[in-house]
Amino acid sequence: MNIGQAFKMAISSVISNKMRSFLTMLGIIIGVAAVIIMVALVQGTTNDITSRMESMGTNLINVTLTGRYSSVNLDMDDMEKLVEGNPEYFVSVAPSINGNVTAKVGTVNENTSLLGTNQHYSTILNAEVESGRFITEQDVAGRKKVAVIGKYIANHYFEGEDPLGQSIKISGQVFTVVGVLKAKTTNISQNSQDDRIIIPYSAAQRLLRNAIIRSYSFQAASKEVAEKASEKLEELLLSLLGNENAYNVMNQAEMLETVESIMGTMSLMLGGIAGISLLVGGIGIMNIMLVSVTERTREIGIRKAIGARRASIMTQFIIESIVVSGLGGIMGIIWGMTGSYLLGKFTSIPTSVSVSIVILSAGISAGIGIFFGWYPANKASKLNPIDALRFE
Amino acid sequence: MTSALIRIENMYKIYKMGDSEVRALDGVNIEIHQNEFVSIMGPSGSGKSTLMNMIGCLDTPTSGKYYIDGIETSQMRDDQLADIRNRKIGFIFQSYNLLTKLTVLENVELPLIYMGKSRSERHRLAMQAIEKVGLSGREHHRPNQLSGGQQQRVAIARALANHPPLILADEPTGALDSKTGKEILEMIKEIHQSGNTVILITHDEQIAQTANRIIRIQDGKIFSDSEVGQA
Ligand SMILES: Nc1ncnc2c1ncn2[C@@H]1O[C@H](COP(=O)(O)OP(=O)(O)OP(=O)(O)O)[C@@H](O)[C@H]1O
Ligand SMILES: [Mg+2]
Repeated sequence: MNIGQAFKMAISSVISNKMRSFLTMLGIIIGVAAVIIMVALVQGTTNDITSRMESMGTNLINVTLTGRYSSVNLDMDDMEKLVEGNPEYFVSVAPSINGNVTAKVGTVNENTSLLGTNQHYSTILNAEVESGRFITEQDVAGRKKVAVIGKYIANHYFEGEDPLGQSIKISGQVFTVVGVLKAKTTNISQNSQDDRIIIPYSAAQRLLRNAIIRSYSFQAASKEVAEKASEKLEELLLSLLGNENAYNVMNQAEMLETVESIMGTMSLMLGGIAGISLLVGGIGIMNIMLVSVTERTREIGIRKAIGARRASIMTQFIIESIVVSGLGGIMGIIWGMTGSYLLGKFTSIPTSVSVSIVILSAGISAGIGIFFGWYPANKASKLNPIDALRFE
Repeated sequence: MTSALIRIENMYKIYKMGDSEVRALDGVNIEIHQNEFVSIMGPSGSGKSTLMNMIGCLDTPTSGKYYIDGIETSQMRDDQLADIRNRKIGFIFQSYNLLTKLTVLENVELPLIYMGKSRSERHRLAMQAIEKVGLSGREHHRPNQLSGGQQQRVAIARALANHPPLILADEPTGALDSKTGKEILEMIKEIHQSGNTVILITHDEQIAQTANRIIRIQDGKIFSDSEVGQA
């Protein structure tokens, strides 16, 4: 039979059963929307992490001390000695002590993240100041209460005033702002990379009551030696600590790979869960198509009596099923894209809708129509005309 | 003598229900020629509809042979039978059997769609058939907006649309009052006069007399087959 005719009939049948069609579609709508949103979330997060990492300095090697498996405790002095002893591999090292603190300026009193480090951090991790200065060697040595603040803090806490030279209360202790960092993100929001305070690690150790530093960032001498430098570092740490579980060395390339592989797995997992809801949606379509075939047994009988071939009946029902799942797919895409957009806009979770997933879900939903419509359509096409005509 | 349009040879249709069996057709032999007008008569349960289903290729016999236009149909596949119904037979049912969601025009176009006619050809032939049954102007109505007699006329238009040689009518006036029934019967007569072979199934003696030949059937067997007026 004429395909256009079949489409027309399918659409009028969908319209004449609006509520039922919508409920049937809902499974597909939710499934498709879920796939799109899930993948957009993972994709957005991946992009975000990758760009954060790429915005960090190059030639970066991160060392984490686990604090177990070894009786030896390495501190900042030991790390500096490693750098000095191997100038062909390393340029500098910056420690990191992280903590969550409350920061107060005037009436603004909010949580923010605190980082204690030294003067090298700025170059190793690309934390450039926009105004004022970064932490200096003297600040560290003198355990000075000075702070370099992120752009969000500067904007939000100081409300247009120049923060340089002003006081900020961090966990109850007064620090002086000596520098403002360049913005790292475009929308400069809370909990972003721009919402943070950097102070000398020596001051941070006291403030956070945390004497042991477990995280260090080394800068390799050049991109070319980065790989070798990270191997060398592992070798040195092994000889110092005596156990390879006592530390963890990771260079930037490895970190990127790790992130991408984790996100790939996440993508598959979330996509898989969303895929299951698509499957359930498909079964819903099959169910309603079977009901439709039964309800329309007499119609099928009449059509066969006046000369419809099997293929004509089959086409009619398959197209109806495709129309239902296809409309569901389109609505699902709209819901999914809107949902991703709203999530990205109103939460701090980044999202990025990928065109390939949209195309894929459109294809899948049409495919579901064919796949799950097949059995009912086939059943309809095989009805014996006389049995179908007698059906009341 | 012209070759038979329909030939039924030794046809049986047996329904088995547990231990008992119903012989709806019990060794039937019939030959019907081009442009005959035949009534098939018999009391309720005698096997008329069963016979009509066989002639209409809607059902297959338990045994026996059935030729339509010289073609033997008992070994045919579903789709081949569908094509025969489409091209050679026009059905008029007691309960009209129109598709309620389609308009008059769309109903009449259906057999033309399945025949594979082009859109314009479909439209032309359907409009022609609708005019023939006197329903011009009602093309875009739905069956439930029409009276019973009008609905049966739509069914007649649908049966005629493809210009099949054989028109099969099973109790076409059964659901209508006597006046409307007569109109429908007149229309069927005209169809015969315009060259079609018509088989009319009825249990009403008077209606049966409209035809030129009456085949009487009882308990699945033919017990008389005579020209009208010969007694
Ligand atoms: N599908 C079936 N299963 C079992 N028995 C059937 C079936 N169809 C018809 N029969 C039986 O076959 C016999 C003939 O039925 P048929 O419908 O041909 O009668 P009919 O002459 O058309 O009667 P009516 O005038 O009431 O329409 C009846 O005894 C009926 O019960
Ligand atoms: Mg009957």
